[in-house]
Amino acid sequence: MPVQTEPPKIQIRDRRPLRGADEAGTAKKVAVRDLNFFYGRVQALHNISIEIPERIVMAFIGPSGCGKSTFLRTLNRMNDVIPGTRVAGQVLIDDHDIYAPGTDVVELRRRVGMVFQKSNPFPKSIFDNVAYGLRINRVTSSSSELAGRVEQALKDAALWSEVKDRLKTSALSLSGGQQQRLCIARALAIRPEVLLMDEPASALDPIATSKIEELIFDLKKQYTIVIVTHNMQQAARVSDTTAFFLLGKLIEVNSTEKMFTAPNEKLTEDYITGRFG
Amino acid sequence: MDLHRHLDDELSSLRDRVLLLGGEAEQALERAMYALTERDSEVAREVLDHDDQVDHLEVEIDRQCIDIMALRQPAARDLRFVISVAKMAPVLERIADHACNIARTAIDLNNEPELKSVLDLSRMAEHALKMLRAALDAFTSNDAVTARQVIESDTEINDLYNHTFHRLIELMVTEPATATRDARLLFVAKHLERIGDYVTDICELTVYMAEAAFIKHSN
Amino acid sequence: MNNSDYIRRANSAFMTAMTALCTLLAVGALLIILSHIAWQGIGSLNFQFLTDSPRPVGEGGGIGNAIIGSLVLLLLASGIGLPLGICVGVYLSEIGRGRFGGAVRFIVDTLTGIPSIVTGVFVYAILVLPMKHFSALAGGVALALIMVPIVARTTEEMLKLVPHSLREGALALGAPQWRVTLGVVIPAAAPGIATGAMLAIARVSGETAPLLFTAFGSRFFPSSLNEPIASLTVQIYNYAISPYDEWHAQAWAATLVLMTLVLSINIVVRILTRKKF
Repeated sequence: MPVQTEPPKIQIRDRRPLRGADEAGTAKKVAVRDLNFFYGRVQALHNISIEIPERIVMAFIGPSGCGKSTFLRTLNRMNDVIPGTRVAGQVLIDDHDIYAPGTDVVELRRRVGMVFQKSNPFPKSIFDNVAYGLRINRVTSSSSELAGRVEQALKDAALWSEVKDRLKTSALSLSGGQQQRLCIARALAIRPEVLLMDEPASALDPIATSKIEELIFDLKKQYTIVIVTHNMQQAARVSDTTAFFLLGKLIEVNSTEKMFTAPNEKLTEDYITGRFG
Repeated sequence: MDLHRHLDDELSSLRDRVLLLGGEAEQALERAMYALTERDSEVAREVLDHDDQVDHLEVEIDRQCIDIMALRQPAARDLRFVISVAKMAPVLERIADHACNIARTAIDLNNEPELKSVLDLSRMAEHALKMLRAALDAFTSNDAVTARQVIESDTEINDLYNHTFHRLIELMVTEPATATRDARLLFVAKHLERIGDYVTDICELTVYMAEAAFIKHSN
Repeated sequence: MNNSDYIRRANSAFMTAMTALCTLLAVGALLIILSHIAWQGIGSLNFQFLTDSPRPVGEGGGIGNAIIGSLVLLLLASGIGLPLGICVGVYLSEIGRGRFGGAVRFIVDTLTGIPSIVTGVFVYAILVLPMKHFSALAGGVALALIMVPIVARTTEEMLKLVPHSLREGALALGAPQWRVTLGVVIPAAAPGIATGAMLAIARVSGETAPLLFTAFGSRFFPSSLNEPIASLTVQIYNYAISPYDEWHAQAWAATLVLMTLVLSINIVVRILTRKKF
């Protein structure tokens, strides 16, 4: 009978280990410097400076109207479609200022994808929804390649098994949670580098929400994800880093563990413990 | 904001409860030592009878901590407070248990003739009580500085223990007639030394609560 | 308490009765008109009537050429008016913000109110006079000019109903504005735009005055667009003001045919807009 000479190894039965910052990329993907944003004459963002490293999940939290969604939309210039907006400052993605004159906004939005609060699938088939980005950007050269990319995107969004038999049916026949995952698949199909999510689960029930959160956890291996959420527990569950906004200013950026156990700023602590907002 | 008023009320009530438990532990130790030094078995028995209430209080605190965590999801400062209380309650209950052990020893010793060596233990007990009071005060006022000082003063108790230990061993060798009684006193000394360690734990928790710093096992 | 309750109920019953009476009057009037037309016209309806061209009094004849003429004119008008109207509608909804857009919208609204006879006289001046003869082409242009403002406004309204989130979703995938409009917004509004188009056709199929100055009318089957052409409405007018009873009877029958045409278009629109995508 063999005698065990080594002490037994301790098995850590956690399939989702807490990931430290050193596992994520150390290169900064997005660097914002002194960003000021105006709706007409109203200043919505004041001197925001922040760095977002690659392949992490950063959550933006703050009370309603604090500017977190506005700031998110400056990262892919979606605010351009609103008339009368003005931007001062720099937003650097891979060290290129996206607000420099002559920037190709269409190309920017290919690299920085966005998922919205209320899912907005096109009134087309499931397949056509996911293929839309691929088609307009002429990413694939053959229909089999297109079908392959669509399938991969749906698998990445954890939706493939539920829809693989009905790709040609209307996207609007899916449930709310499925529609949102479809929108995520649609955004992922063109393989962006950064994924911006504006309260992606706020319109969903708890089970659908947890599916989306599970998805985000898997996606962060490949993508840099920025998620705006008004649900602090969601920020705590899902993100590596958290940024707290208030009245258009960035109050604090910290690792999520620190933010929720011992934040640096009193304002942050007051918000997190529910003293206001 | 209605919701956080509930949270504040619950945190206050939790604080009151844990301070009550602290007071119970203090009182148990004080009275157990009184029973020992003044040879009053009646007081000792009261300490033993009262221990049920102390245990009950600890369980209540435990339950309340879990409820607050589940229902209010406290964060940051509030979270550190609740966790510290949850860890502190069993420590206080064990201090009270040690006090009970001292009370039992007092009853046994009171049936036998008086011993001189009891007085050394009084000094240890004084010190332990002082430490406990200081620790509870520091907890109440979120005072990490005082808490650290109390941790330092644990060395005094350890020194007193070592001194008493050697004295009692000496006595047991030189005066075998009182050996059994001396042995019992040795156990009392050990209980007091353990209480000193527990008070250190309480201070470490206070430092964590106030500064979010883990200083456990750092020495 | 009982008293005021009784008064309230009596009041309510009275109001209900009044509105029911008004409805009966309105619907009744319509039914009376329709049944009168049917009663008067049904006698002269037969296959020969529907396929023959007009003959001198006493020899019978029919409205075959008028039916075909009306269809030709409607097709012509749609071919010109629908694309123009839809384009204007797209401009107003998607692009025309600001002062110029406002001015265009105002002009379009004014044009919807122009009496159709004025449009007829205008087309007479710009097409008939230079060409020195009446033509189906001129008739088609006149009808188109009446259609354009109507189609433009309904198209604009339908496009405005497309939720903004759909546009944002497409923009966020890197689609340029024109692609978003063409590939996402218009297809989403297509059912509504089609409804608007058909209703404009139904409206224009009843116009008489403009055709008097442009298409003029004819007793023969149409052979070219450059010649005058018959239409149901003008034919009814001519027969009705004639002194012959036989032609009066034919006018009633033609009216019945025209009413049937308009009613069918409306019914088809109803059926087609029943299912929503």
